[in-house]
Amino acid sequence: MPDLGINVLLKGSNLLRLLGGLGVALRISLIAVAVSIPLGILLGTLMTGKNVVIKFILKLYLEFIRIMPQLVLLFIVFFGSTRMFGWQPTGELSAIIVFTLWGAAEMSDLVRGALISIPVHQYESSEALGLSRFQTYRYVIIPQTVRRLIPLSINLITRMIKTTSLILMIGVVEMIKVAQQIIEANRMASPNAAFGIYLVVFFLYFLACWPISLMAKYLEQKWR
Amino acid sequence: MIKNFKKLTAIGAAVALTLGLTACGGSGGAAASAGSTGAAGTELASGSAENTSKSGQVFRTLDEIKESGEINIGVFSDKSPFGYVDENGDYQGYDIYFADRLAKDLGVKANYVSTEAANRIEYLQTGKVDVILANFTVTDERKEEVDFALPYMNVSLGVVSPSDKVVKSLDDLTADDPVIVISGTTAETYLIENYPNLTLQKYDTYANAKNALENGNGVAWVNDNTEVLAFASENDGYEVGIATLGSKDTIAPAVTKENQTLLDAINGEIKSLGEEQFFHKDYEETLVDTYGADYEDELVVEGGVTE
Repeated sequence: MPDLGINVLLKGSNLLRLLGGLGVALRISLIAVAVSIPLGILLGTLMTGKNVVIKFILKLYLEFIRIMPQLVLLFIVFFGSTRMFGWQPTGELSAIIVFTLWGAAEMSDLVRGALISIPVHQYESSEALGLSRFQTYRYVIIPQTVRRLIPLSINLITRMIKTTSLILMIGVVEMIKVAQQIIEANRMASPNAAFGIYLVVFFLYFLACWPISLMAKYLEQKWR
Repeated sequence: MIKNFKKLTAIGAAVALTLGLTACGGSGGAAASAGSTGAAGTELASGSAENTSKSGQVFRTLDEIKESGEINIGVFSDKSPFGYVDENGDYQGYDIYFADRLAKDLGVKANYVSTEAANRIEYLQTGKVDVILANFTVTDERKEEVDFALPYMNVSLGVVSPSDKVVKSLDDLTADDPVIVISGTTAETYLIENYPNLTLQKYDTYANAKNALENGNGVAWVNDNTEVLAFASENDGYEVGIATLGSKDTIAPAVTKENQTLLDAINGEIKSLGEEQFFHKDYEETLVDTYGADYEDELVVEGGVTE
């Protein structure tokens, strides 16, 4: 087996620091997920409503977030808020704000898509059966929507976890930054360490995202 | 609403430009890319900086820093041996050695903030750090954006070649002796301007240029002198024939524009540290393993005095 330099991780507290970096990444993305999913469901439902003004504002919001690279959003919140309002958010708070805005926007569009994909005859049949509006949603529409939403939102959640690799640009020391620090500090002693350490980083991201995929699979089967 | 949106897009554009600009420049410093886009970026950035100064200054004065008991210092956390984090999670390196001392002499605790080459100016302009000590090369473009203190290190170009045929002067070379450079670096710009008769062999990455020299594709390799010195000390059979070539740039601490009290304090500190030859000691503690003792006087600037 070639020397991958993984032994570098055993020096000092390197491995703990790397895991700490993963902890930072997970903390930021999971807080953002926890806030943005319910918010996205609410906004998505509003988007299928009839109020033209609300629909226009939500559409504008969605398009703005969708065309902006996450890195630009991070810079706008982290540096822009200081320039405009003199407000000094920490890097971590800025990241949570951006990821929440982003997650809510994308989630709302997923919810909107899932809702309008339910054929009209489902609503009509429910009415014909004498179900109330609440019952129609509770027993017919929402179960079908949720089932359609699961794979889509898992995609979004895992994407949010992985995109935390950008927040090193606003000074948050997360897993990728720790990995770069470890590689660079050992540039002379173990020049090959980059490959081995990124390999470990890959496995750590995998371990973070895998349980979420498993849960999605379980839910999909349960609700089949 | 519309006004805010305009502000927002202006900031977005400024950020994008600054990022693009400094990314091209890299840590190498004065890159050729700082042309017309640089002017646009400056204009936008200073336009929005005005907004903040109306609501109060962005930076903290020396007294405010001392009162808080902590100074925020922007450093590199992954540029060994200048600023990096060791296996115990502690910041180390040439810049840090000085930063530790600066904080100690100001009587405050050093709080290190991990910065990237591309966002160092932005950190100062928004007051997110009090001082940048991140291998920051002094250039005219950057002087428009931040205030530099006295320098504490030299950088320039250097030339490395095989020990059996050391290139001591570029004037000795002819068009038949290809010289290796990395595309887009200050070395390339310098050679095209000053030695138009030389044949340049350009490579995209450090690794490719290194291979080319080892394979004998060129007679010499021109790059930042810190890079060539490190290369020669890591690899047997190579020697740095020219340790300083072309214009000398310097590395200096930077503070937010107009933060005069802090700037004066840092300048005073650098001057008084010169009396005890502090930066030579710094070099011996942090850089000597990488660059060797022979180049100490070429690289170190003591007391802010460049010849």
